[in-house]
Amino acid sequence: MSDGSVLDHHSPYETPLHRDESAIAGMWLFLASEALLFGGLFLVCLVYSQTRAGGWAEGVRHTNLAIGAVNTLILITSSAVYTMAVESGRRGDNRGVVRAGLGAAGLGLAFLVLKGVEWGQEFSENLFPGPHFALHGPEAGAAALFYSFYFLATFLHGMHMVVGIGLILWICRKARQGAFSPAWSTPVDIVGLYWSFVDLIWMLLFPLLYLIGRA
Amino acid sequence: MSESYLWQDGTLRSWLLTRDHKRIALLYLGSITVFFALGSVGAALIRLQLLEPTGTILSDATYNRMFTMHGVVMVWLFLVPSIPVTLGNFLVPLMLGARDLAFPRLNLLSWYLFVASGLLVLYGLFRGGLETGWTFYTPLSSDYSEGRVLPVVLGIFLNGFSSIATGVNFIVSIHQLRAPGMTWYRLPLMLWALYATSVILVLATPVLGMTLLLLAFERLFRVGVFDPTLGGDPLLFQQMFWFYSHPAVYIMILPGMGVVSEIVSTFCRKPVFGYRFVAWSSISIAAIGFIVWGHHMFVAGESLYSAIVFSMFSFFVSVPSAIKVFNWLGTMHGGSIRLDAPMLYAMGFIGLFTVGGLTGLFLASLAADVHLTQTYFVVAHFHYIMVGGMVSAYFGGLHYWWPKITGRMYPEIWGRLAAALIFFGFNLTFFPQFILGFEGMPRRYATYPAQFQILNVLSSAGAGILAVAYVMPLVYFGWSLFRGARAPDNPWGATGLEWRTSSPPPTENFAETPVVTTDAYDYGDLDARTGVADAGGPHHV
Amino acid sequence: MTWLPEASAHAMRIDILLAGLVIISLAVLGLVFGLMVLNVLRFRAGRTTAIARAIAEHKSWGFEIAWTSATLAIFFGLFLWATQLYVVGFRPPADAIQIYVTGKQWMWKIQYPGGQREINALHVPVGRPVRLLLTSEDVIHDFSIPALRIKHDVLPGRYQSLWFTATQTGSFRLYCTQFCGLGHSRMTATLTVMNATDYAGWLNSAPASGSLATVGEALFIRSGCSGCHASSRYAPDAGDTSRAPSMVGLYGSRVVLADGRATVADAAFLHDSILDPPRRQGASFATEMPSFRGVLAEDDLAALVAYLQTLSPSLPPEAGN
Repeated sequence: MSDGSVLDHHSPYETPLHRDESAIAGMWLFLASEALLFGGLFLVCLVYSQTRAGGWAEGVRHTNLAIGAVNTLILITSSAVYTMAVESGRRGDNRGVVRAGLGAAGLGLAFLVLKGVEWGQEFSENLFPGPHFALHGPEAGAAALFYSFYFLATFLHGMHMVVGIGLILWICRKARQGAFSPAWSTPVDIVGLYWSFVDLIWMLLFPLLYLIGRA
Repeated sequence: MSESYLWQDGTLRSWLLTRDHKRIALLYLGSITVFFALGSVGAALIRLQLLEPTGTILSDATYNRMFTMHGVVMVWLFLVPSIPVTLGNFLVPLMLGARDLAFPRLNLLSWYLFVASGLLVLYGLFRGGLETGWTFYTPLSSDYSEGRVLPVVLGIFLNGFSSIATGVNFIVSIHQLRAPGMTWYRLPLMLWALYATSVILVLATPVLGMTLLLLAFERLFRVGVFDPTLGGDPLLFQQMFWFYSHPAVYIMILPGMGVVSEIVSTFCRKPVFGYRFVAWSSISIAAIGFIVWGHHMFVAGESLYSAIVFSMFSFFVSVPSAIKVFNWLGTMHGGSIRLDAPMLYAMGFIGLFTVGGLTGLFLASLAADVHLTQTYFVVAHFHYIMVGGMVSAYFGGLHYWWPKITGRMYPEIWGRLAAALIFFGFNLTFFPQFILGFEGMPRRYATYPAQFQILNVLSSAGAGILAVAYVMPLVYFGWSLFRGARAPDNPWGATGLEWRTSSPPPTENFAETPVVTTDAYDYGDLDARTGVADAGGPHHV
Repeated sequence: MTWLPEASAHAMRIDILLAGLVIISLAVLGLVFGLMVLNVLRFRAGRTTAIARAIAEHKSWGFEIAWTSATLAIFFGLFLWATQLYVVGFRPPADAIQIYVTGKQWMWKIQYPGGQREINALHVPVGRPVRLLLTSEDVIHDFSIPALRIKHDVLPGRYQSLWFTATQTGSFRLYCTQFCGLGHSRMTATLTVMNATDYAGWLNSAPASGSLATVGEALFIRSGCSGCHASSRYAPDAGDTSRAPSMVGLYGSRVVLADGRATVADAAFLHDSILDPPRRQGASFATEMPSFRGVLAEDDLAALVAYLQTLSPSLPPEAGN
């Protein structure tokens, strides 16, 4: 199976191209499913940010905009760097894939580290909802709702980041074994789709968690 | 022709690591049979308890755990997977003329996810138990319940990935792996139905996943999402839950409709009447099914306007179902009808599904729903759809394709007897519940006022018959594995591609890729080629 | 077993709707089963004369359009019929007697305007509209009265409303129909419909610690509401609305909230506002009102709401006192 330019005997496909097209279609469908998973979360955000606008905005004002903004830049850069891996893969340049892949994964890791620092601050400031929740006043309940959303959303996104970094490292390993050629680099493309999706989710989360209601 | 898929490599390891869709279908068949039996035991205990107004054998707490177990196991571990993962897994590539599904390894992974999720759910249900009902309404589930909400909810979350994997696999397979000449309008209607089902699986399941994740998060960390004392909105949970769970009803019925289309056509020796209408009605059921969830909340406190809109859509969604029923009757008209066991099940499906659909109109009608909802009327209604409909279709399909799957014939007499007994036992069990519901008996009651006893006893008696009737196929299917007559390649003289290979099929399905030159169900063409029509066929006066 | 009684005109109308649905269902079932049996009898393999297939196929479009439009037409008629009966539930008459119902694992607490309280029993007079204001102290319950063909979910932290006019005296069963935990099946109660004189007698004989509004008035002071909200009777006086809006005439008035939404200050609004104080448009008060969630029990809230209603004397006074 390591050489993807030929089909193994049990494959349901006629040609490698046929198989690769199907794999990409499967990834798109999976991403549609993922979009609806996060869709449920965004629905909760949409409802409460309208019905409990005051406290929600109060919560938004307490997030760390600096870290959020830096992380957004890091993630966009990481996506851009990964597109270079895709380009290298299409040229059959395995060393290029490894270089760009490691760069993208490294940036992803930096994102997670910063996110961890941010979480640490928030925990020490008692922003995790509960009996010792830091915010008080009439809107504290809605602010706590915001932080429920904040922690779950960033946790889920973080899990997706971990999976994405794992996939990129797997691509790098394959590339080191010289797996990709101009004839076949589909896995690089597919992981790219996933990595862009994770990036896209953050593009939606960033304004929801840090910007809207801050002013 | 090479060896059958069953015996090519008989080691346990080869089964557990198989990528063959037919073997995975059998792995699934074994697992969901276990879950079906478990859910049925729950049902039996429920019916036993309700023989007496004060209850017979279970405490209130145990009763509540039992109906929760019955609901959770039957919905997620039997009905949602049932036809897609067994018959669907087995048949999709065969009907397409392909060697396997698009992603064979993903298919195997989905089975492992399914088993893991099943074990997690069972761990929760039997180590501590759960008493929230299968709907997990907050704040009962998030705050007040003392049951094992977390393992069950996380098990169902995991189960969702198994469903999504199957859905993705079917959609890509149907798009990409059709044999030469197999155009969309030549696809068997079973595949149209499974395609529509897969769309729901892929797009609705993740929303349930998120809903349950939010519930687990709230319960685990005591942070507010749905709990009103923590600032949340408990109705939001219901909106999100039903956004999945209403389309899930169609996950649980569309595949059955597909099976019935296949069977009716075969045993009437006629193309399905109005093929394109039946095909597109599957798609429209899946589409409209996404915008009717609010009809579960007519008395829950949703606004007047959303209630009116959801009621109207609920009427709309029953139109394509009615189209299907009329088209099956149209198919029978002028056919050459044989009443073998699969056809009996299919006819049972048509009748019971119609009852279920019509009583659905009662519940879509706003003012009538206010009186009937949350009573036994609802219980009867959805059992007519799920059990009378889907389980009948599942059994019908198992009988119909049993010769293909195992290479053996089941005993026909016993098959017909079981079909008749299931129909009778089912009606005796669930028809009295319509009346109970009208009389006002609430569902999920461990004890009940004495005036409801007669109907409850009738219902329990029916359940006894139903239990016997469900065990029968288990026995004679088992018997037929060893003693059944060898099945020919095409015992029913049917048209689908799955009948053009040997019974059971070889691992690679077809010795050479089949080429499709005719529409589905072209019995005129088949009969002309094989001479069936000349042997006293019905369409020669 | 006796047939379920129809204890209101609405119940009778629902039964006519149900009868209509049953007749339509029987007709369709007759058609489906009839055609199935006829087809089997006429077209059994080997013993029939068949209709040429080509003809059947050609007719298909006509049939499809016919049965699709017939189904749609019938469904639309049913939809209109049932909706019109449902809308009534959202329009309680203004002169209805208001009774507060609180669900709690696993009992019903009923509070009357006159201050009477009961557990698992509801008494109403025959022939007069009654409006129930439902809420829950814990999980979601459902207040179901089959004899009146009505029910509504009972949600924690907010008011739901259910109204009816009973036309038949007698005792009828009430159920909780939303699964609420261990004692769900024991959360039942009795509705007693009495004629006017019996009802008056019952109200007098039932123990009451002052009317609900009186209890509410005491709470209004004790909980500190009167410290900010003017009520014309206690300091700060009616004119001083710098700290908080006046409660005089609030009930039944139109309120514009901070996000621009306008709403009528009904009982549900008052109840919810005590738990989650809303912001009004253009309002700037000296102090901000805290939430009373967890401070006041549902019984207290019912009393407070009843009291606030008496501060809008232009509106129909709370009946039944």
